[in-house]
Amino acid sequence: MDEPAPIEEKKSLDPGLDIGISRLTEDKIQKTINAIIQNETGARLKIYVETCIHCGLCSKACHYYLSHDNDPRFSPVGKVKQTLWEILKRKGRVSPDFIKKAALIVHTECNLCKRCAQYCPFGVDVAYLMTVVRRMIHRLGCTPLYIQDTAHSHSVTMNQMWVKGDEWPDTLQWQEEEAQVEIPTLRIPLEKKWADIMYSVIAPEPKFQAQLIYQAAVIMDVAGVDWTMPASIGWDNSDMAMFTGDNEMMGRIKRTHFETAIRLKAKKIVMGECGHAFRSVYDMGNRWLGWKMPPVPIVHAIEFYHDLIKNGKIKIAKKYPGTVTLHDPCNVVRGGGLEEKARWLAKELCEEVVEMHPNREHNYCCAAGGGVINCGPPYKMDRIRGNRIKAEQLFAAKTKGAKTLVAPCHNCHSGLHDIIHHYGVGLEIKFFSDIIYEVMEKPEINGG
Amino acid sequence: MHAFYQFITGPMAWASFALFFAGCLYRLVSMIRLANRTEKFIFSYLSLKYGFRSILHWLIPFGTESWRQHPWLTIVTFAFHSCLIITPLFLLSHIVLWEERWNIRWWALPDTLADVMTFIVIMSCIFFLVRRRVSPEVRFVTDPSDYFILAIVIAPFLTGFLAYHQWFAYRFFVLFHILSGEIMLAVIPFTRLSHMVFSPLTRIYMGSEFGGIRHAKDW
Repeated sequence: MDEPAPIEEKKSLDPGLDIGISRLTEDKIQKTINAIIQNETGARLKIYVETCIHCGLCSKACHYYLSHDNDPRFSPVGKVKQTLWEILKRKGRVSPDFIKKAALIVHTECNLCKRCAQYCPFGVDVAYLMTVVRRMIHRLGCTPLYIQDTAHSHSVTMNQMWVKGDEWPDTLQWQEEEAQVEIPTLRIPLEKKWADIMYSVIAPEPKFQAQLIYQAAVIMDVAGVDWTMPASIGWDNSDMAMFTGDNEMMGRIKRTHFETAIRLKAKKIVMGECGHAFRSVYDMGNRWLGWKMPPVPIVHAIEFYHDLIKNGKIKIAKKYPGTVTLHDPCNVVRGGGLEEKARWLAKELCEEVVEMHPNREHNYCCAAGGGVINCGPPYKMDRIRGNRIKAEQLFAAKTKGAKTLVAPCHNCHSGLHDIIHHYGVGLEIKFFSDIIYEVMEKPEINGG
Repeated sequence: MHAFYQFITGPMAWASFALFFAGCLYRLVSMIRLANRTEKFIFSYLSLKYGFRSILHWLIPFGTESWRQHPWLTIVTFAFHSCLIITPLFLLSHIVLWEERWNIRWWALPDTLADVMTFIVIMSCIFFLVRRRVSPEVRFVTDPSDYFILAIVIAPFLTGFLAYHQWFAYRFFVLFHILSGEIMLAVIPFTRLSHMVFSPLTRIYMGSEFGGIRHAKDW
């Protein structure tokens, strides 16, 4: 009896989705979908659907397709066919079961990474088409449970993780006290007006990664940055509503964030190492609010740290040992062009950097972004199995000597963590701030 | 037979050219008007520099990652599209018709070269057909309209080829050639062959977004 028992795969359990589906009728679906198509879409939807020549060139761009042995159901155009084409063909009259299938495709099999747009000869934006379907799913009340919960949190607390009003400043003061053991004069300035920088983070940082706030505070303090954090709502730059198609909520969150910076008269917003939040403040949320570009200048942590080190504000005591490889997060690289700054930074901080391939704007997605990881445990294995190609890419970097993987994005960080563990890749994952905190010159400990 | 010839080279020729030009213009203008009405923001992001940078890269064979990943398709699609456009415009027999009717003339391709180019178009269409049947990722997203537009495109070239060589049924193939060419022109604006008109627009928009906002390459 050497053979292991066959493992029965359990169908994912998502009561949020199931209850939502049970409330649907074909009439309701048709009415809702057609209202969206009529009132909320226009030239882009029409031109993308009518111009696509069904050539399949986008397929090889998609990590889900590549990871599922080139199964056409996972190609970008294949996902459009199974969702939007069918909806348009049937003039919105599809069954509740169809909506369930569509919800799973657009929420758990596409990270909106936009790599396919780089491989389509016409530049058809499949990610946009997926968000149109997500919008339909949202209006039909069938968004997967876990990500809907984070969207609810946004609407109740204006942050993603149900962090209560008093917990936020309390966490900051806690981290300030912790850091004062190391640097007694360190402060995390709250509500300071006219500071150069308002520093904003995503809610998972105070919720369960408070050390990242600690590290950022140390970096700010040593670099002598004039900075502040708000004590009120508006401190969270994350945005899951953007991924559920709850555009109205996305607008509220972003407005609060920008208005907080404006209330504090901050010259610019520096944000932590997060990709989707960058997409939200730099690309989608600002547009929803009618701003072509963000109303307050936005600086992503990669660029901020790059500038601090380039200008000599932070000095490196001893480079990070061993070989490091760099993951390019889609939202800040394909979405913000920060790839060269990230490389410069990695090379300044670390003894040796090796490239993974493909890289820069052609890098493979982590399969966590676009709200996919936020759909929660029911879909964890789908997400990991859907990114075997990433494990292969990481293995290849490891054979070139990489011991550490730098992933300057929260979603990438968590997604790659799962992939590394599941496939046994064996790389340590770090944020840039982890490494900077470790290698930077710090003032001598005063009195122990 | 003569009356039919008169018809397809007279009123029907006029109608097909009119449908082609007016149709393309109509589709283009109505799409831009739709964008203006529903998604006006698109215009504020458009950048000629980045738009044409993107078009240029995609117009160069193997100039993009996607082309490089599909070498055979790249060779075929570039050969196909250039022959498809150049051959009918510079075919001596077509220019003779223009000269007879309107007394205008221009440079013509040598007949043998035009013959080879026609053959390339036919073989490319067969390649596309086989690819549609054989490649799972293409087959999965293929619907009847894909075969329809392929048939529309191959017909004038196949019949032209057969008529030129006069192997058999010359008169039939000439008539069928004229008719199928007119049908192709007339349906371009109203089928997915309209990518001829729309693909520069989508490319310019995506190129602008990638160049101006995302600071990333879209090729």
